Amino acid sequence: MLSVSNLSVTFSQYEQGLRRKQLTVITDLDLEVKAGEVVAVVGASGSGKSLLAHAILGILPENATVGGTMLFQGQPLTPGRCQQLRGKAIALVPQSVGYLDPLMRVGQQVQRVAQLNGLPRSAAQTAVKRTFQRYDLPPQAARCYPFQVSGGMARRVLVSTAVVSQAELVIADEPTPGLHPDVVVETLNHLRELAQEGRGVILITHDIEAALMVADRVAVFYAGTTAEIASAQDFATGNLRHPYTQALWRSLPQNDFIPVPGNQPSPEALPVGCLFSDRCPWMTEACLPERPALRAVRGGLVRCIHADR
Amino acid sequence: MQLKPILLFFSYKLVRLALLLVAVAVLTFGLMSLSPIDPVRAYVGADMLQISAAQRELIAERWGLDQPMIVRFWDWFGQIVQGNWGTSMVFNQPVLQVIGQRFLVSLQLLAIAWLLSGLLGLVLGVLAGAFEGTWIDRGIRLYAYTLASSPTFWVALLLLIFFSVSLRLTPICCAAPPGVLAQNVTFWQHLHHLLLPALTLSIIGIASIALHTRQKLIDVLHSDYVLFARAQGESLWGILQHHGLRNILLPALTLQFASLSELFGGSVLVEQVFAYPGLGQATVQAALRSDVPLLVGIVFFSALFVYTGNTLADLSYQVIDPRIRIGGRRAA
Repeated sequence: MLSVSNLSVTFSQYEQGLRRKQLTVITDLDLEVKAGEVVAVVGASGSGKSLLAHAILGILPENATVGGTMLFQGQPLTPGRCQQLRGKAIALVPQSVGYLDPLMRVGQQVQRVAQLNGLPRSAAQTAVKRTFQRYDLPPQAARCYPFQVSGGMARRVLVSTAVVSQAELVIADEPTPGLHPDVVVETLNHLRELAQEGRGVILITHDIEAALMVADRVAVFYAGTTAEIASAQDFATGNLRHPYTQALWRSLPQNDFIPVPGNQPSPEALPVGCLFSDRCPWMTEACLPERPALRAVRGGLVRCIHADR
Repeated sequence: MQLKPILLFFSYKLVRLALLLVAVAVLTFGLMSLSPIDPVRAYVGADMLQISAAQRELIAERWGLDQPMIVRFWDWFGQIVQGNWGTSMVFNQPVLQVIGQRFLVSLQLLAIAWLLSGLLGLVLGVLAGAFEGTWIDRGIRLYAYTLASSPTFWVALLLLIFFSVSLRLTPICCAAPPGVLAQNVTFWQHLHHLLLPALTLSIIGIASIALHTRQKLIDVLHSDYVLFARAQGESLWGILQHHGLRNILLPALTLQFASLSELFGGSVLVEQVFAYPGLGQATVQAALRSDVPLLVGIVFFSALFVYTGNTLADLSYQVIDPRIRIGGRRAA
């Protein structure tokens, strides 16, 4: 359904007067999403997860340039096509209630999404009613303003916006932080349901545990590139290919609880060779001259020359 | 909306108003006592030469001017509270009557300027904010900055020279043609004389409202909820219509009511330039001719006027903004 390859995002900024600076935040990002599957995108802050979502939707700021190719249902995603598709074929489920208009009743906001999808007013109202019922939102919730709904209700309202849009691809950007564990499970189940209806779902998160609960495949991002794409089972069976993924897995409390030493390199000072080389226990001379390409190893994709061992 | 919070709001506001007026009274009385105007001389006026020093002392004693300041303040304040505001020397009428008449004349001017500057300021601000960085935005900002930094009386003079002297489109002064009795002035003559002063006053008001609206709209357009609206496929026009206007309306309304004070200040200068017989012009005359009772009256009146404007702004929040209206009461 969606295939992203060699995506790059560059911002041009002015620094000290009129000197223009190019800042490449995403380099060589790859991702593939099929209909009916949940792909989790995992990575630390600043690894380019949210920018990927904004690039797919075509809502990056004006000073950003996008390189590489993005194909949606076989056709390239040009800015014009993005504009046609966003909100209709591709929907965003944002992070928090802060993404709802504070002065508009939530029912009205969901109804607006349905109307933007071409439904007439009455049909949109019915769609909202049906969707709210599906997510156990009481009818009076539609008349609430965003500040009146609880965190869990807000999540269900946000998922509702994607459901009324009939989107084939749903991108959920950090839907779980700050929520009660029960609500986290509920939210993730809602995403799983969307995939079972035949939609493609991208779950952007920094929480590996949450990702593994629902995802079919997990893409691990590091400093703006895809380090590894593994199936969810690979984590439990220890079939991980990239040293960063392995380190992340070990850092979980129920595993070894060993933090990954060091920091992600800043986009202003990326190493020439492998981006993980300065923190990597497997680092050799061969890692330094150029960045490793993404290659298939044991049924997954990995960007590491030592992954076969 | 319940009645109780509104009643509470108003009683709170009334107490505040009373405190404000007392503070204004103390300040005014202090300045009055310190000013070089001698009350006896101001009262007697030109006949001062015919009065001996002994008679002058007698009057001062009769009025209690030899009393300590605090006693004099209570005497004066007691009269003010009872509604005895004294007589204006310039107009030879009770102060309250002068203020009432003059304010009615000014009111039309203020109302037209207020509505015009509010509407045009909002439109220009929205245009500039929606097309941030384009030549539309630059043009509007240039206009706003230029006007915000030019003195009111200077703009008024320029307009007067251009429209009244060069083009002869508008009358040069006053609220009616000279030599015509007040009851014979037609509506159109009236409007004709009102046009240029009202326009001047609104042109100046537009600048700050446009700049504030522009900044608020830019904040809204960079907010998370507008990003989400864009992700839903909403166009710029749709965003303005459904989210932009809704979210800038409250600050715009506050600004509009708060601008009453600036408008009142501006009217003093504009009415003077156009010789428009309103309260603003009366203020200048009272100041130039040491008409203390009238000045005091105007000080109280303007405090009341500005306070009313700000209270209306606060009230609009209570009525319009659901976050304040509904407050902590959670539904569902």
